[in-house]
Amino acid sequence: MTVYSVYIINRAGGLIYQLDHANPKTEVEKTFSYPLELTLKIMDERVVVAFGQRDGIHVGHTVLGVNGDNVKGRQLEDGREVLEVIANQENYPIAIRFGRPKLSTNERIMLASMFHSLYAIGSQLSPEQRSSGIQLLETDAFKLYCHQTLSGVKLIVLADPRQGTMEGLLKKIYELYADYALKNPFYSIDMPVRCELFDLNLQATLEATERTTFYAPGS
Amino acid sequence: MTIYNLYVFDRFGTCLFYQEWNRYKQSGMSKDEEYKLMYGLIFSIKSFISRISPMDFKDGFLNYSTNCYRLHFFETPSGLKFILNTGLNVGPMREVLQHLYSGIYVDLIVRNPLCSLNKPIESLLFKTKLDAYIRGLPAFTADEGTQH
Repeated sequence: MTVYSVYIINRAGGLIYQLDHANPKTEVEKTFSYPLELTLKIMDERVVVAFGQRDGIHVGHTVLGVNGDNVKGRQLEDGREVLEVIANQENYPIAIRFGRPKLSTNERIMLASMFHSLYAIGSQLSPEQRSSGIQLLETDAFKLYCHQTLSGVKLIVLADPRQGTMEGLLKKIYELYADYALKNPFYSIDMPVRCELFDLNLQATLEATERTTFYAPGS
Repeated sequence: MTIYNLYVFDRFGTCLFYQEWNRYKQSGMSKDEEYKLMYGLIFSIKSFISRISPMDFKDGFLNYSTNCYRLHFFETPSGLKFILNTGLNVGPMREVLQHLYSGIYVDLIVRNPLCSLNKPIESLLFKTKLDAYIRGLPAFTADEGTQH
Protein backbone atom coordinates (compact mmCIF):
# COMPACT_ATOMS: atom_id res chain seq x y z
CA MET A 1 0.00 0.00 0.00
CA THR A 2 1.81 3.09 -1.15
CA VAL A 3 0.59 6.65 -1.43
CA TYR A 4 3.14 8.70 -3.37
CA SER A 5 1.83 12.21 -2.90
CA VAL A 6 -1.15 14.38 -2.02
CA TYR A 7 -2.14 17.65 -3.71
CA ILE A 8 -4.91 20.11 -2.81
CA ILE A 9 -5.99 22.60 -5.47
CA ASN A 10 -8.29 25.53 -4.74
CA ARG A 11 -11.30 26.41 -6.88
CA ALA A 12 -9.23 28.77 -9.05
CA GLY A 13 -6.65 26.10 -9.91
CA GLY A 14 -3.96 27.24 -7.48
CA LEU A 15 -1.97 24.70 -5.52
CA ILE A 16 -2.62 25.20 -1.82
CA TYR A 17 -1.10 22.05 -0.34
CA GLN A 18 1.37 19.43 -1.42
CA LEU A 19 2.94 16.50 0.36
CA ASP A 20 5.32 13.84 -0.88
CA HIS A 21 4.71 10.79 1.23
CA ALA A 22 6.66 7.89 -0.25
CA ASN A 23 9.42 8.47 -2.73
CA PRO A 24 10.25 5.41 -4.79
CA LYS A 25 13.97 5.09 -5.29
CA THR A 26 14.74 5.64 -8.95
CA GLU A 27 18.40 6.55 -8.80
CA VAL A 28 21.14 4.66 -10.63
CA GLU A 29 24.84 5.20 -10.05
CA LYS A 30 27.37 3.90 -12.54
CA THR A 31 31.10 4.29 -13.04
CA PHE A 32 32.19 5.17 -16.56
CA SER A 33 35.52 5.10 -18.30
CA TYR A 34 36.50 7.54 -21.04
CA PRO A 35 34.85 8.20 -23.48
CA LEU A 36 31.30 8.39 -22.08
CA GLU A 37 28.81 6.24 -24.02
CA LEU A 38 25.88 8.53 -23.16
CA THR A 39 24.91 11.76 -24.85
CA LEU A 40 24.03 14.47 -22.33
CA LYS A 41 22.51 17.84 -23.03
CA ILE A 42 21.18 20.83 -21.14
CA MET A 43 17.40 21.03 -20.91
CA ASP A 44 15.51 23.44 -18.61
CA GLU A 45 18.74 24.22 -16.72
CA ARG A 46 19.40 20.55 -16.05
CA VAL A 47 21.82 18.01 -17.48
CA VAL A 48 19.61 15.41 -19.14
CA VAL A 49 20.35 12.10 -20.88
CA ALA A 50 19.49 12.64 -24.55
CA PHE A 51 20.66 9.38 -26.07
CA GLY A 52 22.11 6.04 -25.03
CA GLN A 53 19.65 4.27 -22.75
CA ARG A 54 21.45 1.50 -20.80
CA ASP A 55 21.64 -0.32 -17.45
CA GLY A 56 18.55 1.34 -15.99
CA ILE A 57 19.56 4.80 -17.16
CA HIS A 58 16.75 6.15 -19.30
CA VAL A 59 16.48 8.99 -21.75
CA GLY A 60 15.08 11.92 -19.76
CA HIS A 61 16.95 11.12 -16.54
CA THR A 62 18.97 13.97 -15.09
CA VAL A 63 22.47 13.90 -13.64
CA LEU A 64 22.01 14.12 -9.86
CA GLY A 65 25.59 13.60 -8.72
CA VAL A 66 29.16 13.24 -9.96
CA ASN A 67 31.73 11.31 -7.87
CA GLY A 68 29.52 11.60 -4.80
CA ASP A 69 29.04 15.38 -5.11
CA ASN A 70 25.49 16.61 -5.62
CA VAL A 71 24.56 18.48 -8.76
CA LYS A 72 22.55 21.68 -8.52
CA GLY A 73 21.02 22.63 -11.85
CA ARG A 74 23.87 22.45 -14.35
CA GLN A 75 26.67 22.93 -11.82
CA LEU A 76 28.31 20.91 -9.09
CA GLU A 77 28.10 22.17 -5.52
CA ASP A 78 31.57 23.70 -5.84
CA GLY A 79 30.53 25.70 -8.89
CA ARG A 80 32.11 23.60 -11.65
CA GLU A 81 30.02 23.01 -14.77
CA VAL A 82 28.84 19.39 -14.96
CA LEU A 83 29.31 19.11 -18.71
CA GLU A 84 32.89 20.39 -18.47
CA VAL A 85 33.78 17.93 -15.70
CA ILE A 86 32.34 15.07 -17.72
CA ALA A 87 34.09 16.15 -20.91
CA ASN A 88 37.52 16.26 -19.23
CA GLN A 89 39.45 12.99 -19.70
CA GLU A 90 41.51 13.54 -16.51
CA ASN A 91 38.42 13.05 -14.34
CA TYR A 92 37.90 9.47 -15.50
CA PRO A 93 36.98 6.90 -14.26
CA ILE A 94 33.96 8.87 -13.10
CA ALA A 95 30.90 7.82 -11.09
CA ILE A 96 27.71 9.52 -12.23
CA ARG A 97 24.37 9.25 -10.44
CA PHE A 98 21.24 9.47 -12.60
CA GLY A 99 17.58 9.66 -11.65
CA ARG A 100 14.25 11.33 -12.20
CA PRO A 101 14.49 15.01 -11.33
CA LYS A 102 12.70 16.16 -8.20
CA LEU A 103 9.90 18.59 -9.01
CA SER A 104 10.42 22.15 -7.92
CA THR A 105 7.64 24.12 -6.22
CA ASN A 106 7.08 26.15 -9.36
CA GLU A 107 6.67 23.01 -11.44
CA ARG A 108 4.20 21.62 -8.94
CA ILE A 109 2.12 24.80 -9.08
CA MET A 110 2.14 24.58 -12.87
CA LEU A 111 1.13 20.91 -12.86
CA ALA A 112 -1.69 21.64 -10.43
CA SER A 113 -3.21 24.32 -12.63
CA MET A 114 -2.67 22.07 -15.63
CA PHE A 115 -4.72 19.34 -14.00
CA HIS A 116 -7.39 21.90 -13.16
CA SER A 117 -7.88 22.57 -16.89
CA LEU A 118 -7.63 18.89 -17.89
CA TYR A 119 -10.42 18.21 -15.40
CA ALA A 120 -12.65 20.82 -17.04
CA ILE A 121 -11.93 19.62 -20.59
CA GLY A 122 -12.59 16.02 -19.55
CA SER A 123 -16.09 16.99 -18.58
CA GLN A 124 -16.62 19.11 -21.70
CA LEU A 125 -15.71 16.26 -24.06
CA SER A 126 -18.02 13.80 -22.33
CA PRO A 127 -20.33 11.73 -24.56
CA GLU A 128 -22.83 11.58 -21.69
CA GLN A 129 -24.91 14.30 -20.06
CA ARG A 130 -23.73 15.85 -16.80
CA SER A 131 -20.33 14.25 -16.51
CA SER A 132 -17.84 15.25 -13.86
CA GLY A 133 -14.18 15.78 -14.71
CA ILE A 134 -11.38 13.23 -14.39
CA GLN A 135 -11.79 11.23 -11.19
CA LEU A 136 -9.31 8.45 -11.82
CA LEU A 137 -6.38 8.56 -14.19
CA GLU A 138 -4.48 5.32 -14.75
CA THR A 139 -0.96 4.82 -16.04
CA ASP A 140 1.31 1.82 -15.64
CA ALA A 141 3.41 3.61 -12.99
CA PHE A 142 0.75 5.16 -10.76
CA LYS A 143 -2.93 5.95 -10.42
CA LEU A 144 -4.17 9.48 -9.79
CA TYR A 145 -7.39 9.85 -7.82
CA CYS A 146 -9.20 13.16 -7.78
CA HIS A 147 -12.16 14.20 -5.68
CA GLN A 148 -13.79 17.56 -6.27
CA THR A 149 -15.70 18.86 -3.28
CA LEU A 150 -18.97 20.80 -3.61
CA SER A 151 -17.09 24.04 -3.12
CA GLY A 152 -14.75 23.28 -6.02
CA VAL A 153 -11.63 22.32 -4.07
CA LYS A 154 -9.83 19.35 -5.65
CA LEU A 155 -8.12 16.71 -3.55
CA ILE A 156 -5.63 14.60 -5.46
CA VAL A 157 -3.84 11.44 -4.40
CA LEU A 158 -1.13 9.67 -6.38
CA ALA A 159 -0.90 6.01 -5.43
CA ASP A 160 0.52 2.68 -6.46
CA PRO A 161 -1.41 1.21 -9.45
CA ARG A 162 -1.79 -2.21 -7.79
CA GLN A 163 -3.82 -0.62 -5.04
CA GLY A 164 -7.56 -0.85 -4.53
CA THR A 165 -9.74 2.23 -4.50
CA MET A 166 -8.71 5.37 -2.64
CA GLU A 167 -12.18 6.91 -2.31
CA GLY A 168 -12.09 6.37 1.45
CA LEU A 169 -8.76 8.12 1.81
CA LEU A 170 -9.94 11.10 -0.26
CA LYS A 171 -13.03 11.48 1.94
CA LYS A 172 -10.82 11.30 5.00
CA ILE A 173 -8.46 13.97 3.65
CA TYR A 174 -11.47 16.20 2.95
CA GLU A 175 -12.55 15.70 6.55
CA LEU A 176 -9.09 16.68 7.79
CA TYR A 177 -9.07 19.73 5.52
CA ALA A 178 -12.44 20.83 6.89
CA ASP A 179 -11.47 20.14 10.48
CA TYR A 180 -7.93 21.44 10.67
CA ALA A 181 -7.65 24.01 7.88
CA LEU A 182 -11.11 25.53 7.43
CA LYS A 183 -11.92 25.60 11.13
CA ASN A 184 -8.58 27.20 11.93
CA PRO A 185 -9.28 30.91 12.60
CA PHE A 186 -5.89 31.87 11.16
CA TYR A 187 -6.55 30.13 7.86
CA SER A 188 -8.06 32.18 5.05
CA ILE A 189 -9.89 30.32 2.32
CA ASP A 190 -8.13 29.61 -1.03
CA MET A 191 -4.74 30.39 0.51
CA PRO A 192 -1.92 27.86 1.02
CA VAL A 193 -2.60 25.52 3.92
CA ARG A 194 -0.01 26.03 6.65
CA CYS A 195 -1.58 24.34 9.64
CA GLU A 196 0.48 22.12 11.88
CA LEU A 197 -2.47 20.04 13.01
CA PHE A 198 -3.43 19.36 9.41
CA ASP A 199 0.10 18.18 8.61
CA LEU A 200 0.25 15.91 11.64
CA ASN A 201 -3.14 14.36 11.08
CA LEU A 202 -2.65 13.88 7.36
CA GLN A 203 0.65 12.13 8.01
CA ALA A 204 -1.04 9.89 10.58
CA THR A 205 -3.88 9.09 8.18
CA LEU A 206 -1.55 8.17 5.37
CA GLU A 207 0.45 5.93 7.66
CA ALA A 208 -2.72 4.29 8.95
CA THR A 209 -3.94 3.74 5.38
CA GLU A 210 -0.68 2.07 4.44
CA ARG A 211 -0.95 -0.33 7.34
CA THR A 212 -4.55 -1.41 6.87
CA THR A 213 -5.46 -4.21 4.54
CA PHE A 214 -8.90 -2.65 4.21
CA TYR A 215 -8.27 -1.53 0.64
CA ALA A 216 -8.10 -4.82 -1.21
CA PRO A 217 -5.41 -4.99 -3.89
CA GLY A 218 -6.58 -4.96 -7.51
CA SER A 219 -9.80 -3.33 -8.60
CA MET B 1 -22.15 -1.09 -20.69
CA THR B 2 -21.79 0.74 -23.88
CA ILE B 3 -19.30 2.17 -26.36
CA TYR B 4 -19.71 5.85 -27.17
CA ASN B 5 -17.19 6.91 -29.78
CA LEU B 6 -13.76 6.40 -31.29
CA TYR B 7 -11.12 8.89 -32.43
CA VAL B 8 -8.00 8.01 -34.43
CA PHE B 9 -5.27 10.64 -34.66
CA ASP B 10 -1.99 10.57 -36.53
CA ARG B 11 1.19 11.81 -34.89
CA PHE B 12 0.69 15.35 -36.16
CA GLY B 13 -2.73 15.69 -34.55
CA THR B 14 -4.85 15.24 -37.67
CA CYS B 15 -8.02 13.34 -36.94
CA LEU B 16 -7.90 10.39 -39.37
CA PHE B 17 -11.12 8.80 -38.29
CA TYR B 18 -14.08 9.43 -36.05
CA GLN B 19 -17.16 7.39 -35.43
CA GLU B 20 -19.81 7.45 -32.76
CA TRP B 21 -22.24 4.75 -31.71
CA ASN B 22 -24.25 5.69 -28.64
CA ARG B 23 -23.32 9.27 -28.00
CA TYR B 24 -25.84 11.13 -25.88
CA LYS B 25 -24.28 14.55 -25.70
CA GLN B 26 -22.48 16.56 -28.36
CA SER B 27 -19.75 18.88 -27.20
CA GLY B 28 -21.51 21.96 -28.59
CA MET B 29 -18.75 22.92 -31.02
CA SER B 30 -17.87 22.04 -34.58
CA LYS B 31 -16.34 18.61 -35.18
CA ASP B 32 -13.02 20.15 -36.18
CA GLU B 33 -12.85 22.11 -32.94
CA GLU B 34 -13.73 19.02 -30.98
CA TYR B 35 -10.94 16.98 -32.58
CA LYS B 36 -8.45 19.69 -31.75
CA LEU B 37 -9.65 19.83 -28.16
CA MET B 38 -9.47 16.04 -27.81
CA TYR B 39 -5.97 15.88 -29.28
CA GLY B 40 -4.91 18.72 -27.02
CA LEU B 41 -6.35 16.96 -23.99
CA ILE B 42 -4.44 13.74 -24.76
CA PHE B 43 -1.25 15.64 -25.55
CA SER B 44 -1.45 17.55 -22.27
CA ILE B 45 -2.30 14.47 -20.22
CA LYS B 46 0.78 12.73 -21.61
CA SER B 47 3.00 15.66 -20.77
CA PHE B 48 1.37 16.01 -17.33
CA ILE B 49 1.96 12.34 -16.54
CA SER B 50 5.55 12.28 -17.69
CA ARG B 51 6.29 15.13 -15.30
CA ILE B 52 4.23 14.23 -12.25
CA SER B 53 5.07 10.51 -12.28
CA PRO B 54 7.21 9.51 -9.29
CA MET B 55 8.98 6.81 -11.32
CA ASP B 56 9.74 5.70 -14.87
CA PHE B 57 7.01 4.06 -16.88
CA LYS B 58 6.65 1.98 -20.01
CA ASP B 59 3.25 2.52 -21.62
CA GLY B 60 2.36 5.74 -19.83
CA PHE B 61 -1.23 6.92 -20.00
CA LEU B 62 -3.76 4.07 -20.18
CA ASN B 63 -7.20 5.47 -19.37
CA TYR B 64 -9.13 7.94 -17.25
CA SER B 65 -12.63 7.86 -15.87
CA THR B 66 -15.17 10.42 -14.77
CA ASN B 67 -18.47 9.61 -13.07
CA CYS B 68 -20.08 8.92 -16.50
CA TYR B 69 -17.56 7.54 -18.94
CA ARG B 70 -14.09 6.09 -19.34
CA LEU B 71 -11.60 7.13 -21.98
CA HIS B 72 -9.17 4.44 -23.17
CA PHE B 73 -5.99 5.43 -24.91
CA PHE B 74 -3.54 3.46 -27.01
CA GLU B 75 -0.59 4.84 -28.92
CA THR B 76 1.51 2.93 -31.44
CA PRO B 77 5.28 3.49 -31.63
CA SER B 78 4.68 5.46 -34.84
CA GLY B 79 2.55 7.95 -32.90
CA LEU B 80 -0.86 6.85 -34.12
CA LYS B 81 -3.38 7.42 -31.33
CA PHE B 82 -6.57 5.43 -30.73
CA ILE B 83 -9.06 6.92 -28.27
CA LEU B 84 -12.17 5.02 -27.28
CA ASN B 85 -14.88 6.28 -24.93
CA THR B 86 -16.89 3.61 -23.14
CA GLY B 87 -19.20 3.23 -20.18
CA LEU B 88 -17.78 2.83 -16.69
CA ASN B 89 -18.32 -0.89 -16.22
CA VAL B 90 -16.15 -1.81 -19.20
CA GLY B 91 -12.82 -3.44 -18.34
CA PRO B 92 -9.43 -2.74 -19.91
CA MET B 93 -9.72 -2.12 -23.67
CA ARG B 94 -6.04 -2.24 -24.49
CA GLU B 95 -6.30 -5.48 -26.48
CA VAL B 96 -9.30 -4.13 -28.38
CA LEU B 97 -7.44 -0.98 -29.38
CA GLN B 98 -4.38 -3.02 -30.23
CA HIS B 99 -6.54 -5.17 -32.51
CA LEU B 100 -8.05 -2.07 -34.13
CA TYR B 101 -4.51 -1.14 -35.05
CA SER B 102 -2.82 -4.42 -35.97
CA GLY B 103 -5.87 -6.32 -37.20
CA ILE B 104 -7.88 -3.61 -38.94
CA TYR B 105 -5.84 -0.48 -39.57
CA VAL B 106 -2.66 -2.20 -40.75
CA ASP B 107 -4.57 -4.72 -42.84
CA LEU B 108 -7.00 -2.36 -44.54
CA ILE B 109 -5.22 1.00 -44.64
CA VAL B 110 -1.46 0.47 -44.48
CA ARG B 111 -1.58 -2.43 -46.93
CA ASN B 112 -4.01 -0.65 -49.23
CA PRO B 113 -2.09 1.24 -51.91
CA LEU B 114 -5.11 3.48 -52.54
CA CYS B 115 -5.14 4.88 -48.99
CA SER B 116 -2.78 7.67 -48.08
CA LEU B 117 -1.53 7.38 -44.49
CA ASN B 118 -1.78 10.96 -43.32
CA LYS B 119 -5.18 11.85 -44.77
CA PRO B 120 -8.55 11.20 -43.14
CA ILE B 121 -9.63 7.62 -43.79
CA GLU B 122 -12.27 7.25 -46.49
CA SER B 123 -12.05 3.51 -47.09
CA LEU B 124 -15.55 2.05 -46.89
CA LEU B 125 -14.17 -1.41 -46.17
CA PHE B 126 -12.30 -0.06 -43.13
CA LYS B 127 -15.43 1.65 -41.83
CA THR B 128 -17.58 -1.46 -42.27
CA LYS B 129 -15.03 -3.82 -40.71
CA LEU B 130 -14.43 -1.51 -37.76
CA ASP B 131 -18.12 -0.96 -37.18
CA ALA B 132 -18.78 -4.71 -37.26
CA TYR B 133 -15.88 -5.38 -34.87
CA ILE B 134 -17.01 -2.76 -32.33
CA ARG B 135 -20.64 -3.86 -32.51
CA GLY B 136 -19.54 -7.44 -31.94
CA LEU B 137 -17.69 -6.65 -28.70
CA PRO B 138 -19.26 -7.89 -25.46
CA ALA B 139 -18.85 -4.34 -24.11
CA PHE B 140 -21.08 -2.93 -26.83
CA THR B 141 -24.44 -4.27 -25.61
CA ALA B 142 -25.98 -0.88 -24.96
CA ASP B 143 -28.51 -0.73 -22.16
CA GLU B 144 -30.18 2.41 -23.41
CA GLY B 145 -33.45 1.56 -21.71
CA THR B 146 -32.02 1.65 -18.21
CA GLN B 147 -30.04 4.85 -18.50
CA HIS B 148 -31.94 7.05 -20.92
